[in-house]
Amino acid sequence: MKRLIILGAGTGGTIMANLLRRRLSRADWAITVVDRDNEHYYQPGFLFIPFGFYAKKDIVKPRSKFLPRGVEFIVAEVDRINPAANEVVFQDGSALAYDYLIVATGAEIEPSETPGMLDGWRDTIFDFYTPDGASALAAKLKAFPGGRLVIHVNETPIKCPVAPLEFAFFCDWCLRRHHRRENIDLIYVTPLDGAFTKPVASKALGALLDEKRVQMVTDFNAERIDASARKIIGYDGREVPYDLLVTVPTNMGSEMIERSGMGDEFRFLPTDPNTLRSKKYENVFAIGDATDVPTSKAGSVAHFQAEILAENVVRAIEGRPLEPAFDGHSNCFVESGRGRAILIDFNYDVEPLPGRFPFPVVGPMSLLKPSRINHWGKLAFRWIYWHILLPGRPIPFVPARMKMAGKKRPAGAGAMPGSTK
Amino acid sequence: MPEKQYGPVTVAVDGEGFLTDFSQWTREVAAAVAKEEGIAELTPTHWKVIEFMQKEFKENGQVPSIRKLNKSGVISTKELYDLFPGGPAKKAAKIAGMKKPEGCV
Repeated sequence: MKRLIILGAGTGGTIMANLLRRRLSRADWAITVVDRDNEHYYQPGFLFIPFGFYAKKDIVKPRSKFLPRGVEFIVAEVDRINPAANEVVFQDGSALAYDYLIVATGAEIEPSETPGMLDGWRDTIFDFYTPDGASALAAKLKAFPGGRLVIHVNETPIKCPVAPLEFAFFCDWCLRRHHRRENIDLIYVTPLDGAFTKPVASKALGALLDEKRVQMVTDFNAERIDASARKIIGYDGREVPYDLLVTVPTNMGSEMIERSGMGDEFRFLPTDPNTLRSKKYENVFAIGDATDVPTSKAGSVAHFQAEILAENVVRAIEGRPLEPAFDGHSNCFVESGRGRAILIDFNYDVEPLPGRFPFPVVGPMSLLKPSRINHWGKLAFRWIYWHILLPGRPIPFVPARMKMAGKKRPAGAGAMPGSTK
Repeated sequence: MPEKQYGPVTVAVDGEGFLTDFSQWTREVAAAVAKEEGIAELTPTHWKVIEFMQKEFKENGQVPSIRKLNKSGVISTKELYDLFPGGPAKKAAKIAGMKKPEGCV
């Protein structure tokens, strides 16, 4: 009997367990999934918690519920991978050998990477990338009397790079509805030179920030935070004072990756961007936020990768050449407030463009433009996530590889795929 | 594709002045781009950074992050900001003849 181990039962790991259990014979292959706990959070839901739309209990279910029969699920803390010996070592010292390994350990926030950030942690400095952080922020926002609310991205890459923008749009909307907007200044601080990395979307999203009177501070890299004086201090000497700081701290891969000596400077696993195999180990693959591939860290990406990764794991097992099929496809709903959302769809070579999705002309969704149907799409996605995405079923009309049909490149934007990189 | 003239050398650039073909880069181009970016003279420390970034770029096809420069002991982030005031990752990449750093997407 051979063994495939999947580390992590989040979005990527759960989909892989479902896809591969169908494709690998139960007589020959044991599949073992390992996670440190049995709580699967619907991460896109974190954004809604600070505004009272969701509570923690609305977005959590047991991980085990979404794993198929015939898969062993172990709840334990992994100390390290020992790739030379093809084994996973647990913190109690026991080890489990694998023939193939899939790393799906995700990314997490590391506030300790910025000196001073933890001094004001959950006092005047909050995150919304963890269930506890988002819940604490909900209470804080409710009681916030007014002043400078600074939304801050510390360092790229981050999970769901549009989430801090959505947070800004939501803030504006909710504060307006409660007639509190006049007392609160919204400031968006980013290390990027605009609202987003890619020019067309950066312009559209930047215009939206402007429209909602969110002041932007760009090219800002925080050296440290002075929590007692309540200001962020940049490497270039600029200072941004705040009354309430909502930060997206540096995102890094699992510490376990670092203990295994397998990570880059962000603890992400160096991964072939097209085949999703480890650049170093032939029987190790990776999916989702845990990889270093240059596309968004988002659930949609893990979903698009999964089909291709399952094919490549099977090919590797059968000794066939891998299919370099992953194109970096990412698809995100961006909540823009007032019951509307923007949809973006892009890959390694094609930046987010305006148009219609998934079908040209008829849509029904609009790309890069706020619409109500996009917002309903985002809300419906929670159901789709649990019932279609995690079980590894295809989402109708949305294939793993990006389609150009329906997308329009505005005049003046680079015309060739690839020139936007 | 726009082009730019640096002394005797013509290079292809993108809309923001980043070289699109790394093979067209020369040390003279670097010095000229640096001047445009407000760096009067490239010191040996500047060159240490540029050479490290180019080595990484050739090996991985990606512009290394500031974190990588810091972690690999080439230079501290603070010094990097002193050397390339404003946006060090972008400025150094531009001077080194590489594409604009992707950051995240």
